[in-house]
Amino acid sequence: MSSNNAEKTSSSVQRSVQRIVIVGASLAGLSAAESLRSEGFAGTITVIGDEPHAPYDRPPLSKTVLTGWLQAEHTTLPQSVDLQAEWLLGMPAIGLDLGNREVELADGRRVGFDRLLISTGTHARTWPDLAQAALDGVCLLHTRDDAARLRARLAARPKRVLVIGGGFTGSEVASVCRELGLAVTVTERSATPLIGALGAAAGAFAGQLQRAHGVDLRCNVTVMSLEGDESGRLRCAYLSDGDILDIDVAVVALGAVRNVEWLRDSGLAFDSRGLACDAACRAFDINGIVTDGIFVAGDVARWPHPLYGGELLAVEHWGNAVEQARTAAHNMVSVPADFRAYKSLPAFWSRQFGVNLKTIGLPSFADEVVLTQGSVLERRLVAAYGYKGRIVAALTVNMARWLPAYKAMIEARVPFPPVLHSPDSSAELRPVPAGFPPHGQTTHSANAIKTGTGPSTPPPEESSTSDKVKDPRVPPGFQPK
Amino acid sequence: MLRIVVDLNRCESYAQCVFAAPTVFWMKDEESLEYDYAPDDSLLVQVERAAAACPVQAISICWLDEQLEQQGGNHSEQQ
Repeated sequence: MSSNNAEKTSSSVQRSVQRIVIVGASLAGLSAAESLRSEGFAGTITVIGDEPHAPYDRPPLSKTVLTGWLQAEHTTLPQSVDLQAEWLLGMPAIGLDLGNREVELADGRRVGFDRLLISTGTHARTWPDLAQAALDGVCLLHTRDDAARLRARLAARPKRVLVIGGGFTGSEVASVCRELGLAVTVTERSATPLIGALGAAAGAFAGQLQRAHGVDLRCNVTVMSLEGDESGRLRCAYLSDGDILDIDVAVVALGAVRNVEWLRDSGLAFDSRGLACDAACRAFDINGIVTDGIFVAGDVARWPHPLYGGELLAVEHWGNAVEQARTAAHNMVSVPADFRAYKSLPAFWSRQFGVNLKTIGLPSFADEVVLTQGSVLERRLVAAYGYKGRIVAALTVNMARWLPAYKAMIEARVPFPPVLHSPDSSAELRPVPAGFPPHGQTTHSANAIKTGTGPSTPPPEESSTSDKVKDPRVPPGFQPK
Repeated sequence: MLRIVVDLNRCESYAQCVFAAPTVFWMKDEESLEYDYAPDDSLLVQVERAAAACPVQAISICWLDEQLEQQGGNHSEQQ
């Protein structure tokens, strides 16, 4: 087919696509809208969001917004092109009618579409005891409003902050507390912080950093209950190590829950792991048939990545929201022959306790990890992650300029441990087990995981005992029968 | 209103933006870049210099319409 023909075909598809609806008005939804216009789409774009705010950026919410450097409302994302979009904000979508190709809104309105993008993201997992969760002083950190509330709490100089869950959000909150000179306790049911995302070896390093910065870090410990005074203000926490902590602020950092509930009767292939789609970002239905015109992007998607053994990945990263949305947008206005496959490597950064942590690839896919450059002592290092003798991910600590080199190695599937000939790497590399805990053991959920192969693969057995293990209050060592 | 966003996956901490616009961009610790998403409009020239100086071109600049921000819509132009 000549390029001239290809252009004609793709513009004829664009003509048949007049109305595009995007459900989810955050980074992925915005990136998709921008890309649609950049691709030359001239029809209507309707963006539906449950929050009342224009799309804003989340990474600073657990960093500069909490320290007070940046006001929460200053995180509104810029828009690189004139979108001419219709914004339905503060208006949750509550249903999807695939037959009539309509999205149902909370106020009863129905919005028709030719193409739909589902980018509804996640919400914060809440504390399981509703009465305790409602105590004055128990906070979540997911939205801009959450961040503004937590910032106000921290600015009031609480006597001690309790962070429940040692994932990235919890660790960044603890880091900010120490920066502000506040006493902070972090509880984590597994052996180290960040263990779900980085494994036990790197997690041990993260734990050392926390303690060196004065965090009261309690690993292998859970919070069994929170207690308030008679006026409903948080007063103390009962820990599984027997301690009772006097606190006035508790940050519940248990990870994220996919916003798929509104798809309940849609017939699409979703569950708690997300909404399954193919490499072109097209959603699957419950029979494993790829849908026509329904696309998925961002935190809510699970999709097959060519480098990770056919596993569907679920990735809650900034870069994933942007890149997957761009791919989806391109495919929404293209003929199948022009479709692009989404195969960006997961990439992530975090700032905490004086270091810049960055990852490329999927560490949680690995069975081994090795220090390749720098040293733990200097707090400047690169670690490579391997799976069955092949490099699959890398972590840098204050050495971000090395990431592109490791990215190239991961994409080229080079053997693990990699041969570097770098002056700052040791003569002999000694891989150790990566140390990822069994599913459900950490207090927090990891932000980039494999979720099983194929759209119809059932989730791991959901029994009453495994529910107990998932309950963040259940102490370590609990044996489901 | 001037708005900026930096792709921190791409950022490799060369800190050229910090030299060009020191009140907008700053280094936190050894290697982490932090910045003000909403610098004063009067800093546009500095911010444009910062974006141009970035070796990995990680900085995007846009304009945000204050009234439309409430509804989520805005119009902007590419830097």
